[in-house]
Amino acid sequence: MIRRYLQSREAILSAAILVLIAVIALRFPAFITPANLANVFNDTSPLMILAIGQMIVILTKCIDLSVAANLALTGMVVSLLNIAAPDLPLAVTLLVAVSLGAVLGMFNGILVWKLNIPPIVVTLGTMTIYRGIIFLISKGKWVNAHEMSAPFKALPRHVFLGFPVLSWIALAVILIAIVVMTRTTLGRAFYAVGGNPHAAVYTGLNVGRTQFWAFTISGALAGLTGYLWVSRYAVAYVDIAGGFELDVVAACVIGGISIAGGVGTVGGAVLGALFLGVIKNALPVINISPFWQLAISGAAILIAVVLNSRANRTRGRIILKQTEPVA
Amino acid sequence: MQPQPSAAAPVAILALDAVTKEFPGVRALSEVSLSLYPGQVTALIGENGAGKSTVVKVLTGIYQPDGGRILVDGRPVRFANAQAAAAQGITAIHQETVLFDELTVAENIFLGHAPRGRFGLIDTAAMIARSRDILTGIEAEIDPTTRLRDLSIASKHLVAIARALSVDARVVIMDEPTAALSHKEIHELYALVDKLKAQGKAILFISHKFDEIFRIADRYAVFRDGQFVGEGAMSDVTQGALVQMMVGRSVDQIFPARRHNPGKEVLKVVGYDHPTEFADINFSLRRGEILGFYGLIGAGRSEVMQALYGITKPSKGAVRIDGDVRIIRSPADAVAHGIVYVPEDRGRQGAITALPIYQNVTLPSLGRTSRHGFLRLAQEFALAREYTARLDLRAASLETAVGNLSGGNQQKVVIAKWLATQPRVIILDEPTKGIDIGSKAAVHEFMAELAAEGLAVIMVSSEIPEVLGMSDRVIVMREGRIVDELQGAALTPETLVRRAAGIGDME
Repeated sequence: MIRRYLQSREAILSAAILVLIAVIALRFPAFITPANLANVFNDTSPLMILAIGQMIVILTKCIDLSVAANLALTGMVVSLLNIAAPDLPLAVTLLVAVSLGAVLGMFNGILVWKLNIPPIVVTLGTMTIYRGIIFLISKGKWVNAHEMSAPFKALPRHVFLGFPVLSWIALAVILIAIVVMTRTTLGRAFYAVGGNPHAAVYTGLNVGRTQFWAFTISGALAGLTGYLWVSRYAVAYVDIAGGFELDVVAACVIGGISIAGGVGTVGGAVLGALFLGVIKNALPVINISPFWQLAISGAAILIAVVLNSRANRTRGRIILKQTEPVA
Repeated sequence: MQPQPSAAAPVAILALDAVTKEFPGVRALSEVSLSLYPGQVTALIGENGAGKSTVVKVLTGIYQPDGGRILVDGRPVRFANAQAAAAQGITAIHQETVLFDELTVAENIFLGHAPRGRFGLIDTAAMIARSRDILTGIEAEIDPTTRLRDLSIASKHLVAIARALSVDARVVIMDEPTAALSHKEIHELYALVDKLKAQGKAILFISHKFDEIFRIADRYAVFRDGQFVGEGAMSDVTQGALVQMMVGRSVDQIFPARRHNPGKEVLKVVGYDHPTEFADINFSLRRGEILGFYGLIGAGRSEVMQALYGITKPSKGAVRIDGDVRIIRSPADAVAHGIVYVPEDRGRQGAITALPIYQNVTLPSLGRTSRHGFLRLAQEFALAREYTARLDLRAASLETAVGNLSGGNQQKVVIAKWLATQPRVIILDEPTKGIDIGSKAAVHEFMAELAAEGLAVIMVSSEIPEVLGMSDRVIVMREGRIVDELQGAALTPETLVRRAAGIGDME
């Protein structure tokens, strides 16, 4: 059991992150103070939440490129809502964010399920549509800090039991996702549908509907992140989180989620996000230029892909009797 | 009359001499011989599993024989690969044409050996001109510049033939070439075969249809269970004699003893129609019964089963389970009504290899091992343990990924998965296709056990011994219709072959 864990992708990735942190600590010891590490975690929270949603979508052999646009649109809607009704309880704001995100995700899901359009095309389209809608509803204007109510901005930063609420929300999402993926029939369906869609059909699973739910979850998490993002940075405009969907996909790939579907864990997605988070936070403090940051992130993605494809390479046909696995 | 290929006969262009080919656990070809003469059509006849496809693969260099010799013009040769065989002018037209939809007809014909012009670039004009010549030569009215995707299946077939002729072919192998053709196109194909014959090419014609074999073949060769049974001139043989050679067998397969005492009717299919695949399907199935479905490939057997299982939609007809009309719209409905389907293509449609054994086994039964959508792992493991033990599946742990198991064990996982749903009707589509003799016996044993326990079994099979040895009753399908239902004394290999091939219907 322990040995299997040590050989798992999560263990390798954890080790890689520890090595990375150790190397950084040699140049900049303050990096490994608990306060700073907690800060890195907090900073990476949006990426972790989105990566979990993306992981579920990728498991079902799809991809969701609209997450960042979804985030930006939901963020803009809740910001405008906050201007219009500053006294609205935060619980309602959160509910609106999650629901709107889920609806936007459902739209992706319906197109993939009912019209059979390839997910990359669907979400490339909706990505642009969602950004366009932000422009329409905001008329291209920014919502700035002074227009947002104080409680609206304070929630993610509010410190609870030593950690900001943002971190707690990420932690809660991680725990719920682990339960959903390992302990519910829906979680099982995500793995089955991506692992072998044909077999899943014969088993009585509805592949399209399962993918629809994956997009819905991804959308809901993007909506949640939308509120957290605009309130944390206290600004909303058309282009927030531009290109962030690629970081999200990268976190999944680094975390060992197979683009071919059916393979991946919540832990992998979280660790993949943390790996990118450490790089992003550490490289500036040890004076490495942003261009190198990009190159290092890119190299990490390629190395992860190579490692994953080697691990997933199917064994040849077993012809020799003695080589047949006893397992 | 064709001359008899006896002592004074011409030398065979291509011949196999005592060729053996073995796969792990199976001897696919056992010292078989076959001779192909210039200007003659040789029909290769045999049931499924007789070794016909293996012969084609040996002749075209895809497989290398483990024993015996391949002779070209009487001289022994070795084909290291498919290119080596092609270089000797041996070409094959396969059942499923291997062509490229997005390329033009001319590009398809000359892919890999296109005429080159200046700077080594493809000489498109020459390629189109030569394509036109070849197509005219086989009287195919196809414009070489059209895209393949715009052609009918029959025309695609003609393109495949043209491709075979574009290399200077001396031997043309046709593997069930008429399977996808309409009546008129079949006659055009016959004319083409006659033309190739006149050009002195040797033709190997593989077919299940006796009418066409008698129409175009000069000689026959019969294989059975990977062994050469006999050959000769078509003029010296009757349909009955050929059928006898195909099926007459030494009893080397032992089937489990079964008591034939079916119980109450569980399933009744009434007037099942499908716009393109089958029509007027009526049958019933009783507890403890094994109902065989026999027919040639493409007779519509699997299609009926897929409709019954909710994968495709029949246009008309009803299903009664225990006398009640049930609507099956999806596989989930079918499973809920106690019908399960173990498909033929177990690799693609069977196991989810990345998931562990226990998750595969419980996948269709999650309703029973969960509450409000939450899984109850202890119950899952108990269910998986029960059914893997029942199938004698040996694995270190139920958490082993199915992809790490051997093929036989993967199949056990798939069957365990279906049994765990506690079905009333189990449909097994070609349950022993491609597995070795030992595993076959185990599968047969197991089917007998299931029936004895009261399960109703539908077995779609193309292997006559299996159909005869296992079924209580056999439904024979041909061209999408049920042509006969046989049991008891009427159930003989000869009748099966005759009814499936439609012999006796057309005379």
